[in-house]
Amino acid sequence: MKIEILGTGCPKCKQTAEVVRKAVEQADIDATIHKVEDIQEIMKFKVMMTPAVAVDGQVRISGKVPTVDEVKALLANGGRT
Amino acid sequence: MEASGTTAIGPRTAARYFGAGFLALGIWWLVYQGLSPFAKWFTFSLLTLSPGSHLTSAVEFFVFEAPKVLMLLALVVFAVGVVRSFFTPERARRILAGKRESAGNVLASLLGVVTPFCSCSAVPLFIGFVTSGVPLGVTFSFLVSAPMVNEIALVLLYGLFGWKIALLYAGTGLAIAMISGWVIGRLGMEAHVEEWVYATPTGISEGGESPGFSWGDRVHFGLDSVRDIVGKVWPYVVVGIAVGAGIHGYVPENFMAGIMGAGAWWSVPLAVAIGIPMYSNAAGIIPVVQALLGKGAALGTVLAFMMSVIGLSLPEMIILRKVLKVRLIATFAGVVGVGILAVGYLFNFLL
Repeated sequence: MKIEILGTGCPKCKQTAEVVRKAVEQADIDATIHKVEDIQEIMKFKVMMTPAVAVDGQVRISGKVPTVDEVKALLANGGRT
Repeated sequence: MEASGTTAIGPRTAARYFGAGFLALGIWWLVYQGLSPFAKWFTFSLLTLSPGSHLTSAVEFFVFEAPKVLMLLALVVFAVGVVRSFFTPERARRILAGKRESAGNVLASLLGVVTPFCSCSAVPLFIGFVTSGVPLGVTFSFLVSAPMVNEIALVLLYGLFGWKIALLYAGTGLAIAMISGWVIGRLGMEAHVEEWVYATPTGISEGGESPGFSWGDRVHFGLDSVRDIVGKVWPYVVVGIAVGAGIHGYVPENFMAGIMGAGAWWSVPLAVAIGIPMYSNAAGIIPVVQALLGKGAALGTVLAFMMSVIGLSLPEMIILRKVLKVRLIATFAGVVGVGILAVGYLFNFLL
């Protein structure tokens, strides 16, 4: 699974990256985490609010720092489909 | 989209939410009413300070104002969090796309107030608006009103000064947003947006669109924003009130009248010039404003100061540099700055 964290490096984006890392660790999932910080790259995901989290190229969360549980639920779902 | 999710939780759960809400509001009200007697008891009985001294007046101010402002803040941030679960930037963009200039400026300023916004999202939001056909000036109306006219500022102004000043602030803030957006639109500065912005593929994924939230979700949304916002700004509020308490207790009455009074014409531009590099939010600046006003500073000067602190921030301009060329940023700051000056002078002359 490929997880991308979209954000221009603001504190909230760093928090989001931290949350996602924890969630992946706890759920023990094989996933790569990649931070997208370039604004032109971010816009290719067509989001209007950062931070955002994309799983396999699809934006799933945007405009807030998710909780670890939210990300775990998301990953569990993403793993099934 | 209205309450479409009620089916998900059922009427009984909804009733329970409302019941709990009323109960919480009742407790909130009782505690709020008890703050003033508590502050008096704390200052005079517990600390046994004698009435009339500088220290007493500063301590009583702080012990009363700090919990009062924080409680007001929590209540309103919760209410606004619930309201905002009805609005998203995607929705604002859809409403504004293809709108004509003047009506668009008015609408954008109003949407700026109710749409969740954080200055760290200013850039993607700007690109999302501009590339989907929202005129540049209309986009600026949104970008001006979103930080300046916000719920935190309005509530604190209402709580500390009453509804008249809160309304004055909201009205003039909206006017500045509408007019400066309109002026920027008239100036035709589209060429001063970085070229790559217009080359960005149009359209915003519908993925960010809020699905039919249930009332339970909206309550959680409100609680989340209380935890998020109040959790973040409370130190500013406390420090702001402590500074305010110091001014309240120690600075003599009318001390500010000479520096920030209506008589000194240069006080308004000075207040704006000091305000721009200062980066604070409404929560931190308003208690200071209250103390300044109480010591004879003129209302127009103080409003101008406050607007420039929260409406024109240096960090936001640096962020916007990624999408705007320097001339457009300067124009933006200039036009909004002139608007703020006008508001300052207007109130100094009228009141």
